[in-house]
Amino acid sequence: MKPAPFAFLRPATLEEALAALAGEPGAKVLAGGQSLVPLLSMRLAAPSMLIDINALPDLGHVTPDATGVRVGALARHAHVLASAEAAEVQPLLALALSHVAHPTIRNRGTTVGSLVHADAAAEMPMVLRLLEGSVDVESVRGRRTVPAGELFAGPLESTLAHDEIAVEAFFPALPAGAGVAFQEIARRHGDYALVGVAALVETDGGEVTRARLGYVSVSDVPVVVDVTDALDDPAAAALAELEPADDIHATAAYRAHLVKVLTPRVLADAVHHARQRSAQKDEKDMA
Amino acid sequence: MSAPTPEELHDVRLHVNGSVHEVQVPARRLLSDALRHDCGLTGTHVGCEHGVCGACTVLVDGAPVRSCLMFAVSAVDAEITTVEGLTEAEDTLSPVQQAFSDCHGLQCGFCTPGFLTTITAGLKDNPDPTEDEAREMIAGNLCRCTGYQNIVKSVLRAAEIERERA
Repeated sequence: MKPAPFAFLRPATLEEALAALAGEPGAKVLAGGQSLVPLLSMRLAAPSMLIDINALPDLGHVTPDATGVRVGALARHAHVLASAEAAEVQPLLALALSHVAHPTIRNRGTTVGSLVHADAAAEMPMVLRLLEGSVDVESVRGRRTVPAGELFAGPLESTLAHDEIAVEAFFPALPAGAGVAFQEIARRHGDYALVGVAALVETDGGEVTRARLGYVSVSDVPVVVDVTDALDDPAAAALAELEPADDIHATAAYRAHLVKVLTPRVLADAVHHARQRSAQKDEKDMA
Repeated sequence: MSAPTPEELHDVRLHVNGSVHEVQVPARRLLSDALRHDCGLTGTHVGCEHGVCGACTVLVDGAPVRSCLMFAVSAVDAEITTVEGLTEAEDTLSPVQQAFSDCHGLQCGFCTPGFLTTITAGLKDNPDPTEDEAREMIAGNLCRCTGYQNIVKSVLRAAEIERERA
């Protein structure tokens, strides 16, 4: 099981990488490679050229500020997960990242790479969509920002043009009065989730004013469901928009069952988290 | 019929276990294969070749990484440690190696190099793991012989040996 031959380039500047990508229609970008290399080895993909961006400068950052967390294209999952400041600004990052594969994979795999790989069984594409974040992409034609809602085209397919490289992702901060939660069921912790669920709720005076849920492994693309008006039975509302499927790991019926079990649980966790944060903020304001 | 164009070779300088290896490899040479075939370091074992089993785990700049999910041409700037590099001066077994011997942490030994590298790095991050943390540490590595019980014991024993030797 070896990859088919390909030409290889390891550019030292982004300009060089973009020019090479624009000039070679069969080229693919290699960052962490934790999804791409297995695809090459199994010969499910056979690009004519790999452009290894690991030597590019200034793309390894994890930069939290009051608005959110900016993650560069070469920031490994492990670096994002290790940032206490990032977890403070947007707690869902660390909650979800601890479920992304095993630590050994997280040491090499990049968060931005996982986003544009657009796997509906992966945690981070769903997280970006749930948080209404975005990805900045560059090409020889310039730079643009792609909102998460417009990033995912189909199974393992993003809307990026062939000559574009994703250089940075933006995960918005968790606003005051909001809470998040994440849970998933996998055969082994670190394996692909049979089902994963994240929740983002906003509260005002303890009352839920907005509630949205994101799902992993129950559809072809990362799906987010707004359940603000379905708080009495959020799982039913979610299942109306999800397409659980059979595979070697679980039946569609079992996946639907997990959606029913996890949905209320995760939603309750997120509401609890929101109220806890509001209480802490009130205490701080009083002090 | 014309002969196929020979594949382009790249000159790659790999830093492995403190030595420099100058190798000529095609771009598609996996780091695992470069270590075994080009550097002659056959301690790194190749199991599944798609990142699931963990047998090929090596340390890249001190962090465990699947060598079957990296190309040798991408490893030029890295300091690589394979299982051969864990052994201490005068052929003394490292704490993790000694613990596997003490606790019968291996049977056929095929998966062992990946466990040894993973646990060596894991104990640097967490020198005093609980049993649950030891299980989590090895969750990304498959073993088809031991049933893992003695590997978990080996993790805890290795932490003990590290403390004894300190």
